[in-house]
Amino acid sequence: MTAVGRVSLRENILQRGRNRERGRLLVFNHTVLLLMTAFAIAPLLVLAFNSFKSNSEIGSNPLGPPGSLILDNYERAWDQGNFAITMRNSVIYVVVTIAAELVLGGLAAYALARKRPPGSDLLMLYFLVASTIPVWMYIVPLFVQFRTLKLLGTMHGLIIIYVAGNAPLTIFLLRSYMIDLPRELEDAARVDGANEFQVLTRIVLPLTKPGFLTVGLVVGLGVWNEFTLALTFIHDPNFAPVTTSFFKFTDRFARDWALTSAGAVIIIFPVMVLFLALQRQFIEGLAEGGIKT
Amino acid sequence: MAIADRIGSSLAAVPDKLADEGWRRRFLRNVFVPWLFIMPLLLIHIFVVAIPAVQGIYLSLTDWTGIRPGNFIGLENYYQLFFEDETFGKALFNNIQWMAFFLTVPFILALFGATMLSQIKRGGMVYRSILFIPYVLASVVTTTIWKNLLNPRKGIGAALADLGIEGFDVAFLGRPDSALLSIAFIDNWHFWGFLMILFLAAMQAIPPVLYDAAKIDGANRWQEFRHVTMPGIRPILLFMFMMVAIWSFLAFDYIWLLTQGGPGGASEVIATQLYKNAFLRFEAGYGAAQGVVISIFAGFIIMIFVMLRRRGWDI
Repeated sequence: MTAVGRVSLRENILQRGRNRERGRLLVFNHTVLLLMTAFAIAPLLVLAFNSFKSNSEIGSNPLGPPGSLILDNYERAWDQGNFAITMRNSVIYVVVTIAAELVLGGLAAYALARKRPPGSDLLMLYFLVASTIPVWMYIVPLFVQFRTLKLLGTMHGLIIIYVAGNAPLTIFLLRSYMIDLPRELEDAARVDGANEFQVLTRIVLPLTKPGFLTVGLVVGLGVWNEFTLALTFIHDPNFAPVTTSFFKFTDRFARDWALTSAGAVIIIFPVMVLFLALQRQFIEGLAEGGIKT
Repeated sequence: MAIADRIGSSLAAVPDKLADEGWRRRFLRNVFVPWLFIMPLLLIHIFVVAIPAVQGIYLSLTDWTGIRPGNFIGLENYYQLFFEDETFGKALFNNIQWMAFFLTVPFILALFGATMLSQIKRGGMVYRSILFIPYVLASVVTTTIWKNLLNPRKGIGAALADLGIEGFDVAFLGRPDSALLSIAFIDNWHFWGFLMILFLAAMQAIPPVLYDAAKIDGANRWQEFRHVTMPGIRPILLFMFMMVAIWSFLAFDYIWLLTQGGPGGASEVIATQLYKNAFLRFEAGYGAAQGVVISIFAGFIIMIFVMLRRRGWDI
């Protein structure tokens, strides 16, 4: 009796509190969030606007929406910025790095999560320590080593660096996905005569697809946007990714805002399309990846 | 006798041989094949990271130019860094300012944004996605956008001046007193949404019952935040404090893209100095020493957090 009374009183207070808050608080919340949203999105809108203006229009109206849509900027940027080549290069860097990372990382993570050979703990410790080594610690000797081995300035050389740099993250993430799988599934497959490789490709892989998608997105975005290593290791414009080549481009056409804005939109367009299509995976994947590095 | 012996010994060898084969199969299955799977990525990693990192320590003790092998000069490079090279002191100080900025501004923004976002039900996904967009942009794009927006004659400052709000139409990136802060502001525009997502995820994992209990106890919003939200997100908060502190010593691309350390060293940090020393000035040994110093700072921060954890902090 008293207990019931107390519970309903408690519910009552909470309900009243919630109702009171719903109206008042949420206006404040939405105001703050709208301001933050504007801060995040307005600079991008200005960029998009400017990419459709002529330079004289940018001079008189640098922030507002364009009076007319000039698509000419994109054509000029694509040609002048050498995008046909650098886009192709960036796609190669991204695709090959992801593929190598997923295959090699998948193999290693499988062994570490499911087989645990002697030395596994030591290896995990190695990757844990290695993941805290800043790129600045090894970039100079690596540069010289690459020059000696004729890897400097080559696409496969840079890809090797990307694969290595993302290795700890890949192993941690994939291993954490694989370690949760029930053992019985594998054992059943082995009883049916499957070998290690078949167990990996037929049983473990299909069940850990989300992990591979996450790693693919995190690694792919990182490589697409990467600047420092590409700046250091690639000097031939024919092998440059979009980032470093665009940096030179903005230097050369610093005054031509219409042109550089269109170029910037070209670079972010593929990322934005993918992001809008896979919002959840992107956000959760990057959050997960960010914590594990 | 001899025959019987031979039969006997060959009979005895049968289980041995079986056991031997079983051992070999087990070795193959449990040791050899797994390590075969691990090897390719491990070797690539050792080749790219471990070997050069160790080499870097040695090279930092030489006067190596990057072309010809140098002479062993002991700790000379480090002595020069800390006691003779005034520009290094300035760069280190800039790194510390950078850290002070990134340990406060994005954290306050992210905590505030995540708190606001965790309380609403409808439209949360839309806000979340839009606030996250700057984080997926390449640094070259972000810096291009903001270089234009901060242009004194055509950017935001000029627009404000037209509206009668003077004082913002200055070349923020070109002035020694505002260059570093402006770069940090731009980097933060790109970064803070990511931090917010991490905090939001942690906040959503806090059981709502705790908030109800706080309300019954008459807690106001600040007390709710202080005594329910903060303890709930403490592990990720402290972890990100550590990561951001480490990243502060690695800062490079936004600075290189916007000012290359200028004007007059005003936005120079250790990494931009290292890059210039190693790749533009042929002082690779000196650059390698700076790389080691960066790593020592990073290791030092990790050590602080490990020690706090040993003392029972929940990180």
